[in-house]
Amino acid sequence: MNRIAQTFDEALKNGRKALIPYITAGDPTLEMTKRLVVELAGRGADIIELGVPFSDPVADGPTIQRASLRALQAGTTLRAIVQTVAEIRQQARIPIVLMTYYNPIIAYGIPAFCWEAARAGVDGVIVPDLPPEEAGDLTAACREQGMASIFLVAPTSTVERIRLIDQHTTGFVYCVSLTGVTGARSRLAEGVEDFVSTVRAHTTHPLAIGFGIATPQHAAAAARLADGVIVGSAIIDVMERSPDADGLVTRVGEFVGSLREAF
Amino acid sequence: MSSVTLPDAAGHFGIFGGRYVPETLMSALEELTAEYERAQRDPAFQEELRYYLTEYVGRPTPLYHAARLTDTLGGARIYLKREDLNHTGAHKINNTIGQILLTKRMGKPRVIAETGAGQHGVATATVAALFGFECDVYMGTEDMERQALNVFRMRLMGARVIGVESGSRTLKDALNEALRDWATNVRHTHYIIGSVAGPHPFPMLVRDFQSIIGREARAQILEKEGRLPEALIACVGGGSNAIGLFHSFLEDASVRMIGVEGAGFGLHSQHAATLGKGAPGVLHGSMSYLLQDEHGQVQVAHSISAGLDYPGVGPEHSYLKETGRAEYTSATDDEALDALQLLSRTEGIIPALESAHAVAHAMKLAPVMRKDQVIIIGLSGRGDKDVQSVAKYLEKRGQGSGIRGQEKQ
Repeated sequence: MNRIAQTFDEALKNGRKALIPYITAGDPTLEMTKRLVVELAGRGADIIELGVPFSDPVADGPTIQRASLRALQAGTTLRAIVQTVAEIRQQARIPIVLMTYYNPIIAYGIPAFCWEAARAGVDGVIVPDLPPEEAGDLTAACREQGMASIFLVAPTSTVERIRLIDQHTTGFVYCVSLTGVTGARSRLAEGVEDFVSTVRAHTTHPLAIGFGIATPQHAAAAARLADGVIVGSAIIDVMERSPDADGLVTRVGEFVGSLREAF
Repeated sequence: MSSVTLPDAAGHFGIFGGRYVPETLMSALEELTAEYERAQRDPAFQEELRYYLTEYVGRPTPLYHAARLTDTLGGARIYLKREDLNHTGAHKINNTIGQILLTKRMGKPRVIAETGAGQHGVATATVAALFGFECDVYMGTEDMERQALNVFRMRLMGARVIGVESGSRTLKDALNEALRDWATNVRHTHYIIGSVAGPHPFPMLVRDFQSIIGREARAQILEKEGRLPEALIACVGGGSNAIGLFHSFLEDASVRMIGVEGAGFGLHSQHAATLGKGAPGVLHGSMSYLLQDEHGQVQVAHSISAGLDYPGVGPEHSYLKETGRAEYTSATDDEALDALQLLSRTEGIIPALESAHAVAHAMKLAPVMRKDQVIIIGLSGRGDKDVQSVAKYLEKRGQGSGIRGQEKQ
């Protein structure tokens, strides 16, 4: 069992839900990313999702688009992110999954990427523009290296597709809470209860809900439905409002702490 | 598998094509594929399509023997497939008519589109007006400036033009934003992609709707010349007019197929020669050649022509390049400007800057061919939309207003 599945397993045994904060790697620098991961691990995060910046992030709203742009302008590459994970591993054991569009992996080379990422201590990958139908090469290489390959379901997914995704995913199923792109919303998507219970009825893996979750109240509501909660854009919003580097780490830590306390 | 029967059921042309999109869009793509298959078998759909192409678009378009251009170049006999004579002034409407009829069948009340030169945006706004659909068109703000006339045309027909400020503010970014809109509104919105790019089934269905260009051209050349041409030349941005022209000739091994990309300032500078200088990768839903850096970040393309200014290309072109069935070359901004002026002066036809790239290649190829040989150029659109920016470029090049008559006064 890989460490992602283990994390959900342990959380479940202890009667708690997994908190999965997302930050874009290299925003504003990879040094800051290291500090943030350590901070988030200390604030009760169970898994860290590290976004890999991409020039054309079609699944992302304006907040993560801006974060991507800042990271790219700082010269962040997938290779450097893998290296950064290796450095983080000297300070923190928390499971890390990379959220990356497919093309940076193709350019890296699928086998080379999986081999090097696994050795650096990456526990899994989420590729938002890679549905299971096209993912054979990547899932095989991930399996070989003991990394999870996590697939997403959406409110528009048919029951057939939900089953297909459950067959292919490892670690957990990522439930996209809304029909749209990433970004904090003023309320939890309508119909999310029905959606998650449909997914639950046709899957065997733990479920984590992401997209649009902005506040501790949203997170608490989502946690009642699923096994884990993913919060991304709202954290980046906090970063953007922070005046300086030290303030940024503290504020993000406090925000994630408040999410942890909510469920 | 012969290339005429591609793509396979999952939308692959060899290793190219496929469906690389967020899960949110997968069901809509499955629905569209199923609806398209039903429509193809439905005589009523085919009849409605034929009706609008004939009565509204004005097909068939002429295959015109460009006698003065032929004489000037002094080689092969040149024919122009006059897609510029379609309603709205380009080949784009062949596809938008087909897709709006599909949208109607799917019962979705809203359409969106991306546009670079504005021709696809205009063609989408046109069919949305014709059938009473709500229509939003995404366009990079850089392109809105270059193609102000087309922005006004779209608005006049009731479409909303949404300026895209992200990235390079051109076609690539308009596509990103249209995909985000589609992911958000997919339940009641159809995305009318304008080229043979994007996730399956778009490269297939746009090709099918555009292949009327080559079907007509093949029959017309057989009637006029009694034989097939030696070469077809068409410009390639996403590549819909080129695929449209090429497709009926795929199995005619004697016919060379030449796609012309935008070489911009030159292949060692900024350009849009995706097939010439790119590498395979995934962008906008399919695997195809791509202009990218070593880390897989997509690079900004440059071409004088907003319609060719795109770092990707349709997956079937990547396949035709790999198999060697088609050849791909490029023409620079300057060569396109020269070609635009030459065709205007010799034939009284002002081509779109996109189509001028195809003419530019014919200027190189025709003189080295025999006079009994035949070239067909895909004249994908007319140049009215470009005259302002052409005047600006010619000014910069020191040709004054570029109008010879004025210099003689």
